[in-house]
Amino acid sequence: MSLRSPRSGRASGGALRRHRGLALLFVLPALLLLGALVVYPIGYSVARSLFDASGHRFVGLDNYGTAFTDHATLTAVRNNAIWVAVAPALVTAVGLVFAVLTEKIRWATAFKLLVFMPMAISFLAAGIIFRTVYDADPHRGALNAAAVAVHDTFNDRSTYPGAHPRPGGGLDRAQGGDITAPTSTRVVLLPLVGVQPGALPATARTAQEPAGGDGVSGTVFLDFVPGGGGHPGRLDAGKKGLPGVTVQLRDGGRTVDTTTTAADGTFRFGAAPTATTSVVMPAANFAAPYRGVDWLGPAFITPAIIGAYIWIWAGFAMVIIAGGLANLPRETIEAARIDGAGEWQIFRRITVPQLAPVLGVVFITMVINVMKIFDLVYIIAPGPVQQDAGVLALRLYLVSFGGGNDQGLGSALSVLLLLLVVPVMLLNVRRFRGSRA
Amino acid sequence: MTTTQAAPSVPITTAPAPVPAGRPALPLTTRLAALTRSGLVQTVLIVAAVAWLVPTVGLLVSSLRPKQVAATGGWWTALTEPAQLTLQNYTALLGGGDVPEALWNTVLISVPATLLTVALAAGAGYAFAWMRFPGRDAVFLGVVGLLVVPVQVGLIPVAKLEGAVGLFGTIPGVVLFHVGYGLPFAVFLMRNHFLEIPAELLEAARMDGCGEWRIFRTLALPLAAPAVASLCIFQFLWVWNDMLVALIFAGNDSQPLTVYLQSQMRQFGSNMDILAPGAFLSLLVPVGVFLCFQRFFIQGAMAGSVK
Repeated sequence: MSLRSPRSGRASGGALRRHRGLALLFVLPALLLLGALVVYPIGYSVARSLFDASGHRFVGLDNYGTAFTDHATLTAVRNNAIWVAVAPALVTAVGLVFAVLTEKIRWATAFKLLVFMPMAISFLAAGIIFRTVYDADPHRGALNAAAVAVHDTFNDRSTYPGAHPRPGGGLDRAQGGDITAPTSTRVVLLPLVGVQPGALPATARTAQEPAGGDGVSGTVFLDFVPGGGGHPGRLDAGKKGLPGVTVQLRDGGRTVDTTTTAADGTFRFGAAPTATTSVVMPAANFAAPYRGVDWLGPAFITPAIIGAYIWIWAGFAMVIIAGGLANLPRETIEAARIDGAGEWQIFRRITVPQLAPVLGVVFITMVINVMKIFDLVYIIAPGPVQQDAGVLALRLYLVSFGGGNDQGLGSALSVLLLLLVVPVMLLNVRRFRGSRA
Repeated sequence: MTTTQAAPSVPITTAPAPVPAGRPALPLTTRLAALTRSGLVQTVLIVAAVAWLVPTVGLLVSSLRPKQVAATGGWWTALTEPAQLTLQNYTALLGGGDVPEALWNTVLISVPATLLTVALAAGAGYAFAWMRFPGRDAVFLGVVGLLVVPVQVGLIPVAKLEGAVGLFGTIPGVVLFHVGYGLPFAVFLMRNHFLEIPAELLEAARMDGCGEWRIFRTLALPLAAPAVASLCIFQFLWVWNDMLVALIFAGNDSQPLTVYLQSQMRQFGSNMDILAPGAFLSLLVPVGVFLCFQRFFIQGAMAGSVK
């Protein structure tokens, strides 16, 4: 789009005079609305920000003082700074990477459509989408479900979280959670409690006496008879074995042998016991399961929302940067390639410097955009952590309309928001004048 | 502006840069390295594509699971048990009550807000480009300055203003606000597009005795049709997707879908049977518009991202 100087005005004087009335008809409606809805509010906000909540008492710059001392507002200012420092750079970087990489694949069009589509979606819908993605419960939140799945692939899943020996039942529980039977006998019973009978695996059978014979044998069982009865620590009828428990035979600190219990809870080691051997069930059997990350908690909320923001805007950055990339002269790159430059070198020394103006445009656009971020934070941050996630625009809304009922402070915040974009405003006006000179 | 100048009209569907033909044969190690690299590129982009697709698919699948089923596990369990999926959330939602009304309000707000903005901006843009009146350039410079004014600045004052004339809490009140804050960019865009028309063309029409109104309607406007289309799409989506303005300016009986859904967020988790299909309904229209009018959409989005 050009900002060339208008070429109009060559019409004769008579025509011009006739124009004047008509011209007013053309511009006046728009200008009246702009005046009443945009220009006047700027003045009103500046004036209103100097008065207290009631609007009757002049308080000078007190509201601005409050903005920088009040805890919630200060948090908002700090979060806004984090947003501006992190989000535009990340969006631009992701967009750049996508734009460069898609040049090398056949399904670039499909990829670009897919990544650009979130731009069309409202922040509300995106917010609802990411509220579910980030849900802390791995049975609801996709991200934590994935995290748990990955975690459990690389770590043994504990089979009986929370299971423990009966207090005073003869088994020791070490600091780390290992459960030990300090024994040098051939037969060992390992009764545990703290497992819901309903939580037993379907394969669990009635516990059997240890097989005896050479080596060390034993039974791990749930020391509980459904419906009552039985004696604690004994292998009574109706008690179930605990299958799948990892059991180790240790001698001193050294692990001699490792095995897993069968469906009836029995296990067996070939080695004969000595005075120093013990049977140990490692803590991993009973550890609480990994539950993922509390994305929507106070610690992670802002990074989590920035993640959703990147999901929405990376496509925009990608499309604009790809447009710039398509206009770059290919000769330099080809020449560098012939001179033996690697792809990374070409990217860093040629592509990025040549793209600098486009990257700058994307970056600045994102900065302006991020300063006013509201919907996404309001929707994704659950009520209790809304203050931890607060940003200026959200604070403004809450203070003036969402129960705060202090339009003095609200106006001060809106003036602050306006001040933040004034440099861009001046830049726009100067550029525009420059292009006409 | 920061964007408009650099906004090249690139639709997403540009072909990848052609690989120069007749490249000299490369040594095997180089070719192997290139192969590994292309495998790496493919992998990175496939992972990214999945990451971009899964959240929306999750919403769609969630919206098709009845409440009782949703309590039993994540939406991905439906991938192995497709029997979970039914349309009953949608029929319940659209069968009556608040959602059809909210959806209708969204239409009642977005359509007039779009038409009004575009009509007013076309007139003003034409005058700024081709008519003479005192202070024209200074006033237009002012419009350029207003381009980046955040809507937040208008919330409190315009609420007061509309309250005074009885528009606060009504659909026209919401429309008015959107028109006001859509205008700076719309006027800017239209004026720049009208300027692209060759002066000789307009001069010739004037010589033939055409009135200014006729020139505007039959010559300038059709020539600027692509810009009008981009502007319509952009403004429509902007208003359709808006939550903040409607949250403040719409009353209980004029609230659009976004505000209705926002009011349901408090019981998030227990009413996914409303939120998921509601959110999906609200994004169907924008995504449809996006897919149908891709080229205009991207131009509009690129030019309008200053808002």
